Amino acid sequence: MFETLTDRLQGVFDKIRAKGKLTEPDVQEAMKEVRRALLEADVNFKVVKEFVAKVTERSVGADVLQALRPDQQVIKIVNEQLIEMLGEQAHLDFASASPAVIMLVGLQGSGKTTTSAKLAHFLRKKGQSPLLVAADVYRPAAIDQLVTLGKQLNIPVYAESPASKPLDICRNAIKEAREHGNSVVILDTAGRLHIDDSMMDEVAAIRMALQVNEVLLIADAMTGQESVRVAEEFNARLPLSGLILTKMDGDAKGGAALSIRAVTDIPIKFISTGEKTDALEPFYPDRLASRILGMGDVLTLIEKAEETMDRAQAEAMEKKLRTNSFTLEDFLAQLQQIKKMGSLSSLVEMMGMRSMLKQSGVEGEIDERPLKQVEAIINSMTLKERRDPQLLNGSRKRRIAKGSGTTVQDVNQLLIQFREMQQMMKQLTSGKMGKMMARMMGTKR
Amino acid sequence: MYMFQRIKRFNPFRDTLQKTRDTVFSRMTGLFTEQVIDDALWEELEELLIRADVGVDISLDIVQNLQVRVAREHLTQARDLEMALRDELLDLLGGADTEGLRHHAPMTSIMMVGVNGVGKTTSIAKLTRYLQEQKKSVIIAAGDTFRAAAVEQLSIWGERLGVTVIRQTSSADPGAVVYDAMQAGLARGAEYVIIDTAGRLHTKFNLMEELKKVQRVAQKVDPTAIHEVLLVLDATSGQNALEQTRVFGEAVGVTGVILTKLDGTAKGGVAFAIRRRLKVPIKFVGTGEKVQDFAPFDAQQFVSALFNV
Repeated sequence: MFETLTDRLQGVFDKIRAKGKLTEPDVQEAMKEVRRALLEADVNFKVVKEFVAKVTERSVGADVLQALRPDQQVIKIVNEQLIEMLGEQAHLDFASASPAVIMLVGLQGSGKTTTSAKLAHFLRKKGQSPLLVAADVYRPAAIDQLVTLGKQLNIPVYAESPASKPLDICRNAIKEAREHGNSVVILDTAGRLHIDDSMMDEVAAIRMALQVNEVLLIADAMTGQESVRVAEEFNARLPLSGLILTKMDGDAKGGAALSIRAVTDIPIKFISTGEKTDALEPFYPDRLASRILGMGDVLTLIEKAEETMDRAQAEAMEKKLRTNSFTLEDFLAQLQQIKKMGSLSSLVEMMGMRSMLKQSGVEGEIDERPLKQVEAIINSMTLKERRDPQLLNGSRKRRIAKGSGTTVQDVNQLLIQFREMQQMMKQLTSGKMGKMMARMMGTKR
Repeated sequence: MYMFQRIKRFNPFRDTLQKTRDTVFSRMTGLFTEQVIDDALWEELEELLIRADVGVDISLDIVQNLQVRVAREHLTQARDLEMALRDELLDLLGGADTEGLRHHAPMTSIMMVGVNGVGKTTSIAKLTRYLQEQKKSVIIAAGDTFRAAAVEQLSIWGERLGVTVIRQTSSADPGAVVYDAMQAGLARGAEYVIIDTAGRLHTKFNLMEELKKVQRVAQKVDPTAIHEVLLVLDATSGQNALEQTRVFGEAVGVTGVILTKLDGTAKGGVAFAIRRRLKVPIKFVGTGEKVQDFAPFDAQQFVSALFNV
């Protein structure tokens, strides 16, 4: 189930002798696999069609670069096309509005309320003074939920009784924000179906009546083929100024993002990677492209390319890998990747790794405990701790040990081994070790 | 340009799926008025299936099986294909019979699981009402002690339905709530205890471990618990729903699926793969935000309602 696109393309091209250029029949065969991979990643059918057409155009007649085999060449083109279609990181646009008004809309369960809180938290860190507004009067305890989150974050929440109308609540909230000097107002609206006339009318009315600067669609990363229709409808009624993709800490490929972007041009502004309030990240097109494509594909690409790159290029690559600074977060992602790929092959890989390490004189052993325990330890760390293990003092380690059902010694051992791995990363060369390291790195961070 | 029917459906299945029918599959019946069974037809059929989130593999399987049938039975009319397709889809769903809710005397324990935002809490309210209509007594365990105001949300439903919701302070251990609820249920002679759990991504190891722990705690009160583990899946999800089912299944043994939000435009096509590949039966469907927007899954209706009967 998790065969990478690379593996499949390899199968296609194995039958073809090495050529100087990619011919059309070769490319057609390859495109079947590309199409399949994208559909499995939930990219919309229509978008896949267009995408494949574009990639076919770029691929036919393309020179097969010396560093890359035909399948790698196709992956490279696919990756570039994905990144291009995903567009650039876009920022929140306030202009000089005072207060700036951001409205969050979307289907039921997409994560609007949690994202509202995260957004408020994020903006406050940037020096803004946000006001959260509980405009969902339909769902039982929706108002309570936002009020509770506001208390946890110490961010003010404007709420009225559920008997009030959302438009009035929003209007009153903005008035209150003006009086109290809040610089930004975040409207958390109720989940609604894009085909529910009266609910869509409601949200369109709010936008029309009030000066809303940003209308953000909150979309679940696991949304399937209908993502396009949903976005189109919301966009037709509102329009939308941006997209936030939520629950990206799961393993949904997130093809919906590509679909929405490609069809509506709505820029992706953030991605949400967890339930905690700091789990809101900027969007990086190359990372999302890797994810949609499948990490292993991009890695293999880098790896193969390294084989015949000249010195200067190899150094540039090394720096890139190095400055991406492999963190515990990446390690965790890699572990999860390994889990999905099937433990046997990955353990063999890991063991091969170990003999490599011995050869290069590194004393430490790769952790032999079950990957699950290691995963549990990392999962018990906060995001900050994973990115900067220097933070880990005694009490934090105790907390982590407790949370993961291990001991402080276990935590220490993991940290030691991890630090050694980080050292090795830095000594990256274009040799065999470099290739193994590149394989270890699950994410380009 | 913008014209959509107002949604005011509550109740059947058929009404909700009417909306589905008006989109994907009405194109399909348009497809079947074509005279000829040719490559173009097969391509269009595949497209329609994929767009319904059926998934690439299953869609291909369906098309291939139909092609075999066409050859074997010498079908020439596209109309015959419609019947064959209906059979194929029904077959994937495991036939017409729907597996009902498990039952255990004196008290059946049901645990609702799923990722964040799929509709667990609302489904609990719906299931409770469904059981009440059958004159069964229900008690609810507010086992989502993580999400802000989750307990409040469930308590409101409890009040509306006249059902006891066993709860503790927020951020209490879910196991403790479950233990309490099971004991209370047995003491009060409740026939069903429905346990709410916090939404969790299946990729989170320690959260999945927590779920297993909840199950073990329930077993301390009743060694045969949990009798029914219902995975709530959002019909708008794509192929990830399969992975969710697989992982939750491995962790706590999913006995049935509730497929929610079928009142949207998503077709819930992932149901075919879940039934066929993972052998997990769809037991109920959610067709709206109201508490009565709930029905036992009916494979024949699900497939029939997608065609012009």
